Amino acid sequence: MSEVASPDAGAANRVPVVHIFRAFLTIGATSFGGAIPYLRDSLVVRERWLEDPEFVEMLSISQSLPGLNATNMAVLVGQKLGGWAGATAGLFGMCLPSAVLMFVAGILYRLHGSYPWTDAALKGVAAAAVGLVLSTAVQLGRRSLANYADLVFVALTVVMVVQFHQSVLTTLVAVGLLSILWHRPRARRAGAGSGAAS
Amino acid sequence: MSDLPALIRVFAYLSLLTVGGGMAAFPEMEYLTVDVHHWLTQQQLVHLYSMGQLAPGPNMMMIVAIGDWAGGVVGALVVLVAFFAPTALLAYAAGRAWKRLEAWPWRGSIQKGLAPVSIGLLLAGCYSMAKGAIFGRETAGIAIAVLLILMHYKINPALLVVAAAVVGLLSFQ
Repeated sequence: MSEVASPDAGAANRVPVVHIFRAFLTIGATSFGGAIPYLRDSLVVRERWLEDPEFVEMLSISQSLPGLNATNMAVLVGQKLGGWAGATAGLFGMCLPSAVLMFVAGILYRLHGSYPWTDAALKGVAAAAVGLVLSTAVQLGRRSLANYADLVFVALTVVMVVQFHQSVLTTLVAVGLLSILWHRPRARRAGAGSGAAS
Repeated sequence: MSDLPALIRVFAYLSLLTVGGGMAAFPEMEYLTVDVHHWLTQQQLVHLYSMGQLAPGPNMMMIVAIGDWAGGVVGALVVLVAFFAPTALLAYAAGRAWKRLEAWPWRGSIQKGLAPVSIGLLLAGCYSMAKGAIFGRETAGIAIAVLLILMHYKINPALLVVAAAVVGLLSFQ
């Protein structure tokens, strides 16, 4: 099962690895405030490597898997366009600019982070980051929470981590399994008749 | 330099927790890097994460700075590989498998089932961060203002982060 190319697209529309690297390097260097809009703009609109439905599907795979959306997308899209070399090129291009930037920023912060004015500015930035994360949670929630049961799973996750100090891994496995079982394929219900959710 | 094995262990483990986004791993990152290994303080972690929001690309790249502090340039590289390689390999494998599993009924169940959990982890991460970042009327005001603006207007979040830096500069100096 190792050498199966993507089943629908032939090898004809392979993209040179250099082009993949260049596209993701550009995204990696310019995607201020979140990679997703920049990914769509580059891959769907400018390069026309993907159609919108495929882009959305890859995005949903990226979100279900561990890993950051930006790098998961780079791997998935790179893989589709150029196999393992494409995936590697996409990943490196995506990571290179900000890795260098944050390396330098970390050194500068260590040297100068304790000035009153940098400390004051960073207090503002940290508060803004909290609002930013909250807005992401709200937007994702609107899009992907279907019913009250989902809200219960959200609450359960928060309570387990925040209140009971369970590790993220324990919580992920425990609540994740529960929630996946709750969302189990409905067609099976009639035939299999396995135990109902307790 | 003796911290390298610990850096690999911690960041490879953290990378597997980032379901739905990097913020999901934040409570665990705070516990391991601050409380267990003392690579930096909680405030430094919050500051670094916040600076990371100003950078383009993957939003958890601040881990490079932690690696550098704990183990120099080698530490930074080690953290980079430990944090990104496991999930990249996983994504690569999943990308191949996922297409073929299109008819598998549990595929949808996994997607729908993980969505609320990843949102919960996002909120828990946000709470951990807020404990360090929100300490008074001004910071609470900034967070709420950013939330409301982003919910109602399509604006680049990086601009709001810059604006918040200016507000911080004016109110905390």
